[in-house]
Amino acid sequence: MACNSCKTKPVFTLVSGKKLCKNCFIRYFQKKVRKNVRQYGLIEKKDRIAVALSGGKDSTVVLEMLNQLRSDCPYFELFAILIDEGIKGYRHVTVRAARSYCRKNNIDLHIYSFREHFGFTLDQMIKKLKLGPCTVCGALRRYLLNKAARELKATKIVTGHNCDDEAQSVVMNLFRNNNSSSARLGVVTGVKKDKRFIPRIKPLYFMLEKEIMAYAYTKGLLDKFVECRYAGEAYRSEVRDMLNTFEERHPGTKNAILASFLDTLPLLKKKYGTSEEIAYCKACQEPAAKEVCKACTLLKQLNGQKSAKSI
Amino acid sequence: MKVYIEHEDREVSAKAGSVKELLGKLKINPVTVVVVKNNEMVTEEEKLGPKDDVKILSVISGG
Repeated sequence: MACNSCKTKPVFTLVSGKKLCKNCFIRYFQKKVRKNVRQYGLIEKKDRIAVALSGGKDSTVVLEMLNQLRSDCPYFELFAILIDEGIKGYRHVTVRAARSYCRKNNIDLHIYSFREHFGFTLDQMIKKLKLGPCTVCGALRRYLLNKAARELKATKIVTGHNCDDEAQSVVMNLFRNNNSSSARLGVVTGVKKDKRFIPRIKPLYFMLEKEIMAYAYTKGLLDKFVECRYAGEAYRSEVRDMLNTFEERHPGTKNAILASFLDTLPLLKKKYGTSEEIAYCKACQEPAAKEVCKACTLLKQLNGQKSAKSI
Repeated sequence: MKVYIEHEDREVSAKAGSVKELLGKLKINPVTVVVVKNNEMVTEEEKLGPKDDVKILSVISGG
């Protein structure tokens, strides 16, 4: 048993069955991510790229990849934004890891917190609102990330979303007959042209979670394992487990889901009008899908009449 | 051999001839983990011995 490329000891088996040694795996990983960036034109000259950094493996790996790319081709600016939701026993650990990584690599890190911007930590919000933590966190994170990126004059936001995340979302939307949500997925999201909405790009879109973990390990990017106490949105966890079972029995399942989805995405975008102009929230004037954005709806429940803008 | 399962923060003792056999005994889907032997990442076919130090790292994000 040897690396299929250089005949040394393998450390990783690809979905295709091909085995790679450490150096060949690192080359494979970097080449595939760079191909995605190039093929989809994710980064253009003079872009000011904000990486949404959590301190976890996915966002740290994507930041590492873009930092390398910037070193080789310094045609864009790069910095990181971290949203501190205020989750006891979790976020301070990942903030420490993010600070440490950015300091070592000379990357500007901007931290925005729920408490500072919304008046409450996520932990406090969950006690007040009778909603799932991931629902509250997701809406407010998206809101604050977009606002922060705009304030910092970012032209694009990079997220660490990977093949597993996207395949789960596609299947969840399919099972729930939620095609309008699927229309917002893809390698580039937020494609509506609007100066208030910063487009989001996913350089790790085609990388499996296992490949990202293996890359993080081989590059020494892993910090202490820590789990968000709210992790494990029930429905997503079920879909994730199902897909992992399928992937084990039928390697390539997740890649096939994405390939099939990307084939139909142009039709979904056409049908659900994601190329039309963005509407604005009546309360805070931020981009919104409805008259009042989800962040303002949640904050109204927390604060009475205050909108996100007035806090 | 001693096996540390990181995401459960527990150590177990196990007997297995290979990584594949070990994961089977522990009922862990290989798709969901990366296995490290003596601080080096290894494939499922890797042979294991009683003196090896094995770590199982979950690839599923913690948040």
